[in-house]
Amino acid sequence: MPSLSYVAAVNRALRDEMARDERVCVLGEDVSQGITGLTKGLAAVYGTDRVVDMPLSEQAFTSLATGAAIAGQRPVVEFQIPSLLYLVFEQIANQAHKFSLMTGGQAAVPVTYLFPGSGSRSGMAGQHSDHPYSLLAHVGIKTAVPSTPSDAYGLLLSAIREPDPVAVFAPTLLMGASEEIDDDDLEAVPLGSARVCREGTDVTVVAVGHLVPVALQVAEGMAGEASVEVIDPRTVYPVDWETLGKSITRTGRLVVIDDSNRMCGFGAEIVATAVEEFGLTVPPVRLSRPDGAVIPYALNLDHALLPDGRGLAGAIRAVLR
Amino acid sequence: MRLIREFEEHCLEKALAGTIVGGIHPYIGQEAVAVGVSACLRADDVITSTHRGHGHVLAKGADPARALAELYGASTGLNRGRGGSMHAADVSLGIYGANGIVGAGAPIAVGAAWAARRAGRDDRVAVAFFGDGALSQGVVLEAFNMAALWSLPVLFVCENNGYATSLPVDRGLAGDPVTRAAGFGLTAEAVDGMDVEAVAEAAGRAVDACRAGAGPHFLECATYRFHGHHTVEHLMGTKYRDDDEVAGAWSRDPLTRQRDRLTPEAAAEVDTEIAVLIAEAEAFASSSPGSDPGDALDYLYAGLVPARPGA
Repeated sequence: MPSLSYVAAVNRALRDEMARDERVCVLGEDVSQGITGLTKGLAAVYGTDRVVDMPLSEQAFTSLATGAAIAGQRPVVEFQIPSLLYLVFEQIANQAHKFSLMTGGQAAVPVTYLFPGSGSRSGMAGQHSDHPYSLLAHVGIKTAVPSTPSDAYGLLLSAIREPDPVAVFAPTLLMGASEEIDDDDLEAVPLGSARVCREGTDVTVVAVGHLVPVALQVAEGMAGEASVEVIDPRTVYPVDWETLGKSITRTGRLVVIDDSNRMCGFGAEIVATAVEEFGLTVPPVRLSRPDGAVIPYALNLDHALLPDGRGLAGAIRAVLR
Repeated sequence: MRLIREFEEHCLEKALAGTIVGGIHPYIGQEAVAVGVSACLRADDVITSTHRGHGHVLAKGADPARALAELYGASTGLNRGRGGSMHAADVSLGIYGANGIVGAGAPIAVGAAWAARRAGRDDRVAVAFFGDGALSQGVVLEAFNMAALWSLPVLFVCENNGYATSLPVDRGLAGDPVTRAAGFGLTAEAVDGMDVEAVAEAAGRAVDACRAGAGPHFLECATYRFHGHHTVEHLMGTKYRDDDEVAGAWSRDPLTRQRDRLTPEAAAEVDTEIAVLIAEAEAFASSSPGSDPGDALDYLYAGLVPARPGA
């Protein structure tokens, strides 16, 4: 079976959508060169009028995409580092996202925002290591954090086809990942559909992005002592509450592992909703970055702040006690 | 211009009476800019506007009755009562919206022009209206650069009314706007923004050149707003301009200047026509129903997302 890397899957989704729909175009810094890998080779096929290198004006090119989308295009905007989200929050949250409601539904803004290299754990230090998907979930931007190459392909396809703004985060720690999969098995993955990655009966683990394979490894390792169900929400907004609710209601126990900052992070929302609605039998546990974390440069300091497998195993044991 | 003036006078009254919630940013005094520029535009051209946007929206052809209904929060409003004064839009007329953030419309206009080129419609012009305060916004300068880089058919219209809210332009802006725009490679000129025919002539040249592929243009329109930045100033008694200065500006009232170019009969005819339009707009807006509170989040997404209630 052929092997598909995470980066190749994103690239493949862009190629396929550009071939399918003339309105799809890619805007961003160094996209014709494919510096991040995601857009490599696209300019050679589709030309630099459709794979357009932007000047270093993230705010303006984010709103350029909004104007182009209202006028009928389907832009995909790549941001070279996830912290650029802070720079363009106005343009995404206040302009693109609000246009539909503010105009009473006169026009939608079908733009896809791609954030590669998210949550870096490779010594990229304070300004290149954030994983800010919870911010977009908070304001209501449809947001995917694919954890496998096939999900990266399928969620990006859905993002591009969606009539609203959608953000897709590609975690650094997954960008080297590969998956054995037939091309024919690649398909669109609906936004808001969680995947039950591993079935279990004792505890539900909800894991996001690069922490999904970590959670699966921990679950396998603990197979002798507990039956762990692992769920990947795949989109942090909207959340597939039905799938999560069924699982959590059945197991009565919940651990969330999420690489957001703790305060108002994605994990907080999962825990809050579970407490309110899903009939937990014991208090839930969430693993996350600390409150307001700024990731230090030195790798040992960086890794000290990473929610990890060892912590997850401890949390699972704690809720089973 | 008369329509905008009377519409704004009517809105001022209704805003101060509380019928229009949130207040308005009155366009009174600046009418010649919106009208002079829009007179040169086609129905399929695009504009982006500002927080002081009623004039641009009406000049581009929006229905005054639906515009007023929008300010009354009615379901018949331009935006079905979801946008209000600062977000009034009619996308079908190329009005991509007033905007609550200063300068935010400029890159959106560049995007519309870029999209038109992609669609093989290079003759479609996008106009970004903004004030002198917006020349201090990074996105506006970024938009200048991008429009010039790709020689896009964008006309940037700077309505220099002398004040960014209360900050006089000489305390907020280094250099002069035309020189600044020219530095980005825009074809730039200044015009008397209180003379509608002068604006129309300059805008006509700029729009024709944009359509012909001559790249982006910049027009600085020197103008003045006769009222406060926002109706809240009436309540707060804010004062940052001399009475003499305001009175002097009234002597350059674009409506009076244009009226002097008409026969008394023609001017009276316009007055009558506009009085009827405003009366009709008021009748329509004040009799229009609001929306059901249960529908408060309608149109949040074009694709389906079941937003959970907050309480």
